[in-house]
Amino acid sequence: MATVDVDVLARPREAAPAMARRRRRPLRPGRVVLNAFLIATALCWLAPLLWAVYTSLRPYAETAERGYFSLPSQLNFDNFANAWNQADLPRYYLNTLIVVVPALILTLLFASFVAFAVSRFDVKINLALLMVFTAGNLLPPQVIITPLYRIYLSIPLPYWMNDLGTLYDSYWGIIAIHVAFQLGFCIFVLSNYMKTIPYDLTEAALVDGATVWRQFWRIILPLCRPALAALATLEFTWIYNDFFWALVLMRTGEKRPIVSALANLEGVFFKDNNLIAAGALLAALPTLIIYFALQRQFVRGLTLGATKG
Amino acid sequence: MAVTTRRRRRGPRLTRRDKLVLAVMIAVPTLLHLTLIWVPTMLSVALSFARWDGIGGLDTIKWVGLENYRQIFTIYPPFWPAVQHNLIWLVFFLLVPTTFGLFLALQLDKQLRATRVYQSALFLPVVLALAIVGFIWQLVYSPEQGLLNNLLGRTEQGNLIDWLGNPKLNLWAMLVAASWRHVGYIMILYLAGLKSVDPSLREAAAIDGANEWQAFRRVVFPALKPINVVVLVVTVIESLRAFDIVFVINSGRNGLELLSVLVYDNIVGEASRIGFGSTLAVILLTVSLAFIIPYLVVYFRATIGRGEVR
Repeated sequence: MATVDVDVLARPREAAPAMARRRRRPLRPGRVVLNAFLIATALCWLAPLLWAVYTSLRPYAETAERGYFSLPSQLNFDNFANAWNQADLPRYYLNTLIVVVPALILTLLFASFVAFAVSRFDVKINLALLMVFTAGNLLPPQVIITPLYRIYLSIPLPYWMNDLGTLYDSYWGIIAIHVAFQLGFCIFVLSNYMKTIPYDLTEAALVDGATVWRQFWRIILPLCRPALAALATLEFTWIYNDFFWALVLMRTGEKRPIVSALANLEGVFFKDNNLIAAGALLAALPTLIIYFALQRQFVRGLTLGATKG
Repeated sequence: MAVTTRRRRRGPRLTRRDKLVLAVMIAVPTLLHLTLIWVPTMLSVALSFARWDGIGGLDTIKWVGLENYRQIFTIYPPFWPAVQHNLIWLVFFLLVPTTFGLFLALQLDKQLRATRVYQSALFLPVVLALAIVGFIWQLVYSPEQGLLNNLLGRTEQGNLIDWLGNPKLNLWAMLVAASWRHVGYIMILYLAGLKSVDPSLREAAAIDGANEWQAFRRVVFPALKPINVVVLVVTVIESLRAFDIVFVINSGRNGLELLSVLVYDNIVGEASRIGFGSTLAVILLTVSLAFIIPYLVVYFRATIGRGEVR
């Protein structure tokens, strides 16, 4: 067996008969305690985020007068508007987009190349390949950053690609390191997934004279759509959330993606807690939207990598 | 590269063009990965024996043997505190959020009607960047205006608690914030694991009169072994990678020193010490590999055993 698709958020096993039974049973005290405990825990878990939302909705003048721990007389979105305009947030969202979209597409494409080759054919080095990619993905980025920083400084790029003329401080460099680093996880997941596709399918195509490329593009890749969707959701979030690569490998603060830029914006534009809260929430917004819209994909991506039957 | 189809006796042999296509499909991503990940790793090891300011050319590199290691172990003040903090981080992460995540997964697996709502709330922080987690908790820990001190009634001069400024407290404050995110991650992994535990095992335990704890201890936990390994690796790696969250709080100083921060401190800025930074990276690498290699051996030995990879 290879990867088992475990959908955690789907309805629990045998949910229907269990519910039918429960309806007739009197409420057990154990269940009440358990639900109370879980409600309390869930509220504690949401508290820091709700506190940030509350802080961001209150006018600075009011919190300066009464303190942050007080009841509101008015709530509005002024802090969001100020954070958006003063810190020029659209620019940083655009920077993020420039990095995330190509990085995501290339990661998934390259990962499916390698996964296809090692899972559908007897490539002599396939075990070694899988191990190298998986191990590479688990390394802490700080292990490689010192030489990488020097390498990036010494690789020249044409000036139309980067004003500085180096791979350092360029989007190309940030995209490249994201792809190189994220490949490991995606290859791991996709190769497990591709092994579950019956071999007769591609065998038959091969007999019919389909080229390897055609098998990949027309047969295997379309069948991997569920895994690719889950991985895309997860990888979008991971690449979006990167702080470290752009911090070290980019010098120009105004070129950095939004998450890395936050550290600079704090203190310069985000001076009070209200603006810090609004700025942090705005930076988190795309990942929160992804979470609420595609929660199941996100969770599936994580668990695809972790569970094997 | 020798490439054949998996079951070559039945299928026709691959044409030369097919082999070339496959070779390119493997070579391009592999070269990218090796050049940007493993070559720098090897260079870190090599440069750990050198002294270099990183500004002059390669000919200004001076080979100094184990001198960097000697200095780091003996006279580099932040090193031992950083090691201690990393160890505390690791042990805390293994004990607290992991246990709590497993506990929550076990509760949520009991087929409660609102289980999806609970899961959504507990899992929410996992999608946030660690840097943003740092910003959000800054608002909670802020001495006079923060949520925590206001709830505790410790906001007056004299009795207020400086969660992030006090070097005896700030590491623990950071650990709580980082755990806020880690618990949800572990919970989801264990929930997935629990769904694949054979229900008949648990029924058998119940028929034998085992109570909940006994059933967990003797039946469920042993069945979760593959997930336990994943959780262990994820937790160790996350602890060693910790950087963003302390960096946004105070650039990793004054009680928040970590090995990852020391590596960063030595490459950026005027006094860039490439050899020194690389030595710190190698120490981090050694600890990481001590967990990564056994994991890979266990995992891939199991796949070979099942005949998936040859």
